[in-house]
Amino acid sequence: MGYCPNTPEEIREMLVVIGAGSVEDLFSPIPEALRAKSFELPAGMSEFELMGIMREKATTGGSEIVPFIGGGIYDHIIPAAVDHLAGRAEFYTAYTPYQPECSQGTLQALYEYQSAICRLTGLEASNASLYDGGTAVAEAALMALRITGRNAIVLDASVNPLHREVVCGYLASLSAGVCQVPPAGCESDLELLMGSITSETAAVIVQNPNFFGSVADFTALAAKAHEQGALLIVTCYPVALGLVKSPGEMGADIAVGEGQSLGNTLSFGGPYFGFIATRKRFIRNLPGRIVGETVDKEGRCGYVLTLQAREQHIKRHKATSNICSNQSLCALRGLIFAAALGKQGFEDLATLNFDKAQYAKGLFSALKGVSVLNAGATFNEFTLALPKPAAQVVTRLLDAGVAAGVPLGGYYPGLEHAIVVTVTEKRTKAEIDQLAGLLEEALWN
Amino acid sequence: MSMYFTKEHEWVKVDGAQATVGISEHAAHELGDITFVELPQMGKIVKQFDTLAGIESVKAASDIYSPVSGKVIQVNDKLEEAPELVNESAEDLGWICKLEGADLAELSSLMDAAAYAQYLKGLE
Repeated sequence: MGYCPNTPEEIREMLVVIGAGSVEDLFSPIPEALRAKSFELPAGMSEFELMGIMREKATTGGSEIVPFIGGGIYDHIIPAAVDHLAGRAEFYTAYTPYQPECSQGTLQALYEYQSAICRLTGLEASNASLYDGGTAVAEAALMALRITGRNAIVLDASVNPLHREVVCGYLASLSAGVCQVPPAGCESDLELLMGSITSETAAVIVQNPNFFGSVADFTALAAKAHEQGALLIVTCYPVALGLVKSPGEMGADIAVGEGQSLGNTLSFGGPYFGFIATRKRFIRNLPGRIVGETVDKEGRCGYVLTLQAREQHIKRHKATSNICSNQSLCALRGLIFAAALGKQGFEDLATLNFDKAQYAKGLFSALKGVSVLNAGATFNEFTLALPKPAAQVVTRLLDAGVAAGVPLGGYYPGLEHAIVVTVTEKRTKAEIDQLAGLLEEALWN
Repeated sequence: MSMYFTKEHEWVKVDGAQATVGISEHAAHELGDITFVELPQMGKIVKQFDTLAGIESVKAASDIYSPVSGKVIQVNDKLEEAPELVNESAEDLGWICKLEGADLAELSSLMDAAAYAQYLKGLE
């Protein structure tokens, strides 16, 4: 298949057919005032010169800033094996081939990915990935509506605000209602969540650790939801699962999350991948592609897409979801990351995050006028109350080369003085100490 | 107790206020090996010819439409583990669900066994 642009001759022919004088004429409906006079592009340059400029851009500005920002996307170490293996030509294609006769490598990788997600979340069945964390939460909500035949979602407001927006966006044009339950301080309000479940509730959605960094055990909430015929959806941070009780162990029916922290670079916001896993009995309601293991006619193990009757190319408008692809390459990176670390590695990684964050938490809370707002346990993120507006402090510290955290005011009115700080394994003691010093200076000088 | 058929190849047997629903032997044969029956939710209320359940085979995924109106009061749980029952015994052990509150007048828009056999001939 050729990907050649149209020749001048072909362009002329097409213009004649549609009766336009020139390509420029096609833009005539756009008012002159709205059309760009110039894109201010520099003159052409050689590959060598261009590489020099790109290299310079890659090593200055953004990448020099020390990030203490999390809020859903995390700066973790990525083992060299991830780039090396995921970059192999067999995997690194522009599109994901699914014919079992010629795609066993891709299919097996996705099957192994699904197995890794099941082990991480403590659930029985995973699909081959979704687009990102936000759409994964929304897909889980839709899945719960389908399974229960009910039309209301109880959504903990300490779930990532961006993900909540996606959920509300997805449900806005359906008859389903979303009841958002405000947190109690920085913790999920378990009593209020339980009290909000009615006979019309399809699912309760919570996040662990939540957006404020608080870790909770939702076992009792799962039991309460089940008692009322509702499901529990837990959106989780995969790296935390090395230390924190898994959604499966808590009795959750669906686990979802943003997969970026598994071997994917920050990359200014994407692409990342979402994951979703559930109990075996709900597998036919899972959205997206699922790879299964089977045997060929000679009894040899092989991999194929399975349960495709759920999908759009078979079921059309009755498909479980309009998702008809996945994020294979990003999911593959997630798999290689998980496999490179192994079970012990995951526990070690999580412990390192926890320990460093505990050190930082102790140090920052000792600063004059600063206090930790989380009442209970945290993982690698925590919320600080500052004596000054947080956004202002963050801006000032950016000039000093440190991204201090996520100011909460924009998401939670009334929390203008609060900031969520994240400390991953990549942050050194020197960097943490430096942030403490910079914070003190910004707050009191 | 006689059996009535729809043009979409469902059957219904009405016994008093209770109707048993399934798909015809012809439909089961045409679908090939059935791999999954998506049973309706208990308590679901359907109107005649509304989507009642779903069925998947190695060849296709299809909807099962309700031959009569009613409320689902029983589903054939055996099909969860053994969907092949529909292939083996489509018009008996492979029944899908039972409905209550069926309106007998609706049967007049269905075919009896003889008319259905004639209808199938016309499809050949």
